[in-house]
Amino acid sequence: MSALEFLTTGYAYLAFAFLLATGLYMMIASPNLVKKIIGLNMFQSAIFLFFVATAYVQGGSVPVIPQEGGAVGEYASPLPHVIVLTAIVVGVSLTAVALALIVRIYTEYGSLNEETIREVARR
Amino acid sequence: MSATLALLVAVPILASTLPLFLGLRFERIGWPIAVATLTVEVVLAALVAHRVFTDGRFTHELGGYPAPYGIELVADGLSMLVVVLIAIVSLSVLGYARVAGPRRNSFYVAYLLLCGGLMGVSLTGDVFNLFVFLEITGLATYALVASDRSGRSAVAALKYLIIGTAGASLYLVGVGYAFVATGTLNMVDLSNELGETVAYTDPLVVASFAFVAVGLGVKAAVFPLHTWIPDAYAESPDTVTAYISGLVSTVGAYALARLIYTVYTVEFFEAVPLAQDALVALATVGIVAGSVLAVMQPDVKRMLAYSSVSQFGMIVAAFGLANETALIGGVIHLIGHGFLKTGLFVAAGVLATAYGARTVQAYANLGYRSPYTTAALGVLALALVGIPPSIGFLGKWYIALGAVNADAWVVAAVIFASTLLTLLYVARLLETLYFRPRDSVDIQFDELLADGGERDDPSTRVSVGMVVVAVAFALAAVGLGFAAPLFETVLEPFAGRYL
Repeated sequence: MSALEFLTTGYAYLAFAFLLATGLYMMIASPNLVKKIIGLNMFQSAIFLFFVATAYVQGGSVPVIPQEGGAVGEYASPLPHVIVLTAIVVGVSLTAVALALIVRIYTEYGSLNEETIREVARR
Repeated sequence: MSATLALLVAVPILASTLPLFLGLRFERIGWPIAVATLTVEVVLAALVAHRVFTDGRFTHELGGYPAPYGIELVADGLSMLVVVLIAIVSLSVLGYARVAGPRRNSFYVAYLLLCGGLMGVSLTGDVFNLFVFLEITGLATYALVASDRSGRSAVAALKYLIIGTAGASLYLVGVGYAFVATGTLNMVDLSNELGETVAYTDPLVVASFAFVAVGLGVKAAVFPLHTWIPDAYAESPDTVTAYISGLVSTVGAYALARLIYTVYTVEFFEAVPLAQDALVALATVGIVAGSVLAVMQPDVKRMLAYSSVSQFGMIVAAFGLANETALIGGVIHLIGHGFLKTGLFVAAGVLATAYGARTVQAYANLGYRSPYTTAALGVLALALVGIPPSIGFLGKWYIALGAVNADAWVVAAVIFASTLLTLLYVARLLETLYFRPRDSVDIQFDELLADGGERDDPSTRVSVGMVVVAVAFALAAVGLGFAAPLFETVLEPFAGRYL
């Protein structure tokens, strides 16, 4: 596969790598706790994108089998979609717990900045 | 009969809703519900253990969907041991939690949810389902770490959350790569497809192993992915530290072993020696780094936390060596470390509650003031060093023997060196407990009240139950030191199947 062909057909995978790296960098580099959580969300969304992209079938339709049977033709793979749905639920609950902790931290230290909190906690 | 596996996971998760609902009517209903639920868990775990012991491996198909499409739960020698450990430790720590608290009903919701998640991780036979249970475990742990509602524990919990979630997400990427390569998520099915339809040396497979190993390495707190562990252990309430130290990173290491042996199999290591070498090398560095960091800590809970990093390095190194002796040693040490660390943190918690002693310095001469607790602490600490007869000795002996069998002399030497380092920080602790006079340290401010009155706070009361739990773990640590034949009979079918 040539580079150009990959750019036109596999751009979703490039976006996956880019978003993953961006999210990871945000988690590490941003001193703001809320922005760290946004980075974490971006990191996870990149993985969701990866799964959905792998399910894509050229010309495939929605994988709903008619009740009377007789399903023919190309269908998109439903399994990665189910995985992503579950992973989104997990991600939402994690974000909720994280934000609850951040609210607690903010009432205690009056700041969302990692450095400030470390300074205050050391005393 | 195989439904016991599903019940092991479902019972605590369903029961975790009860403290919230019944809490509307009754104030302190959480503890009795947790005791009842976890007693049921111990019985179920005993049933599973009995069946694995007599009939060997058995499975349960969830919802009646057959294996490669549906999710199956699997009990074999390895998962059975972890299930028994989880059930026993969860129930015993409740004996400590009754008086020590936290007593809110919501605490017991997270407590039971964590037990359900841990059971799920140890029983599932599906790689994506494993991710979901890992995240349930994680969510419950983050909530538990922050359960004393202090600012410091919230910071520790958030740090753990960010690192732990990043780790679990990396594991999910690995699962995604393996899924793309093979089109299946069932562990047994995956191991059949890998090497058959797609070569082990395929970059996709190698990358998927790397992501899985790093992701689970974070959960198991293997150096250098351990950075969440000291804060999470040191800042959380003593009850929580005792509960999570013995179980949460244990199931992380269990999941790593499960993925290495059941999914990627030893043939993957033979095809890609770099993966095996990298894993063993990192784990070996972790053994030394963890021990050195532990020696430097003045705070007892932090010292024990870094000691865990070292022990998990040893366990992962054993799994990486991939011969039968090392594998058996790794599993024994995994189970043994669970018992030892829980007992040690319970004993440390008793001393902290009674005297406010949280540093090695403050332990001076406590050996004569709380003889039972300190004796238990001493026995458990010596077992951690690997003094026979104890479970700690058994695990280290097998791992060292396995390393020699695999001609991995560096690993064997490092295990010996780390034993000496462990002896160093344990001896320091024991010396302070028994031989350093009380006068040489400042009076603890915790013991004094400004108006000279009696302290009436219930959280500083030591109950008989708390001491009994510590002593029971110490006795178990010694008793299990004689259980080598038992472990061998349980693990031999497992080792035979995958090696």
